[in-house]
Amino acid sequence: MSVRHALLALLAEQPRYGLQLRQEFEARTGEVWPLNVGQVYTTLQRLERDGLVESDDHEEGPQKTYRITAEGSIELDAWLHTPDTGVAPPRDELVIKMLVALRMPGIDVAALLQSHRRQLVETMQWYTHMKADSDQDANDDMGLALLADSELFRLEAVVRWLDTVDSRVKQLATPLPLAVRPAAQPARRRQGARR
Amino acid sequence: MSDVVLELDGVTKVYGEAPTEVHALRGVDLTVAAGELVAVMGPSGSGKSTLLTIAGSLEEATNGDVRVLGSSLCGMSRNQRAALRRRSIGYVFQDFNLLAGLTAIENVTLPLELDGMRAKAARNIGLEALETLAVADHAEQFPDELSGGERQRVAIARAIVGARSLLLADEPTGALDSVNGEAVMKLIRAACKRGLAGVIVTHDAQLAAWADRVVFVRDGSIVDQTSARLGPESLLASESRS
Repeated sequence: MSVRHALLALLAEQPRYGLQLRQEFEARTGEVWPLNVGQVYTTLQRLERDGLVESDDHEEGPQKTYRITAEGSIELDAWLHTPDTGVAPPRDELVIKMLVALRMPGIDVAALLQSHRRQLVETMQWYTHMKADSDQDANDDMGLALLADSELFRLEAVVRWLDTVDSRVKQLATPLPLAVRPAAQPARRRQGARR
Repeated sequence: MSDVVLELDGVTKVYGEAPTEVHALRGVDLTVAAGELVAVMGPSGSGKSTLLTIAGSLEEATNGDVRVLGSSLCGMSRNQRAALRRRSIGYVFQDFNLLAGLTAIENVTLPLELDGMRAKAARNIGLEALETLAVADHAEQFPDELSGGERQRVAIARAIVGARSLLLADEPTGALDSVNGEAVMKLIRAACKRGLAGVIVTHDAQLAAWADRVVFVRDGSIVDQTSARLGPESLLASESRS
């Protein structure tokens, strides 16, 4: 997520000081995304340089108020409507680990998959329980719930991918019945030997 | 609370006979205490649903022992097992399993009345259970007049009504969207917090994550389980997001 655009969104509601921006940002991301105050001011300076926010020139330091400009509103609107490309390069570390493990002799792939599955589910338990225990005040916890949901769907997708790897590995390990076994077995072996 | 409600001790289940016999469970040990919600997670055919039906005395183990509230199911007659199911065990299924010809309150009070309770007393207890599940307003409606989420709430009310100790659920949110599914899991979790022992079986990691403990089943055996959850510090440390 872009801190730059998150700050623009907060300023679109009302003018705010740097410290207020930091507090609001953390509250809305369920306080699981701490933001360095120096990062807030650096980002504000860049936004001001680019004409996307303006500040009271006569005030300095923590009491300096920032507000969004017309250009800033256009930038924010464009960012909100830009779709995520969703095209991540296939270099996820877990994927690489599994690809490596499948080729390594002596590795119990099922046990390795289970170890990762357990750790992912433990993390999912943490997010779920946090969400379940913190809905006393719906307004404050909306951001937290959305953030937890997002992480839960992401982690669930990884668990499902591990389940699929598990099934594929199991299928490979199970010999096909004679009737459906491909006739050209020796050709497959030669193909593998070419490398 | 550490009172043990459910104990499975070396439970095996074999269907059919050699050479085509199928080993659905292979020496499963599992203990669930009052106040605890345990999820049994595994792929299709791993034996998790068999585990649930044996724990709930809907099916008998081939070998091993199942104890509910300290009483062994193996030594019980058919009638004793049926009484145990009516009084102590509640079931929640994916497709609700409500009786279509009975209203919500009649579905909930049926096990109490079958157990000899007077209709008026059963109704009061049933209404209380529906109230807890926030569906008391639908007490006089029939299942086909209710939404999926409301039907599952009625099914949970039926499962926790009276002096139940053990709640068993098989993919309880399978027929619901994620928001209704979450509401149902909150209610199941709350029922366990009030002192029931709960077991849910699922292949769904999001559903399993509601449990205090997740046990993983593979080819009829428990192969792993989760331990204490990660705290926020360790999560933040693992994801450099500044």
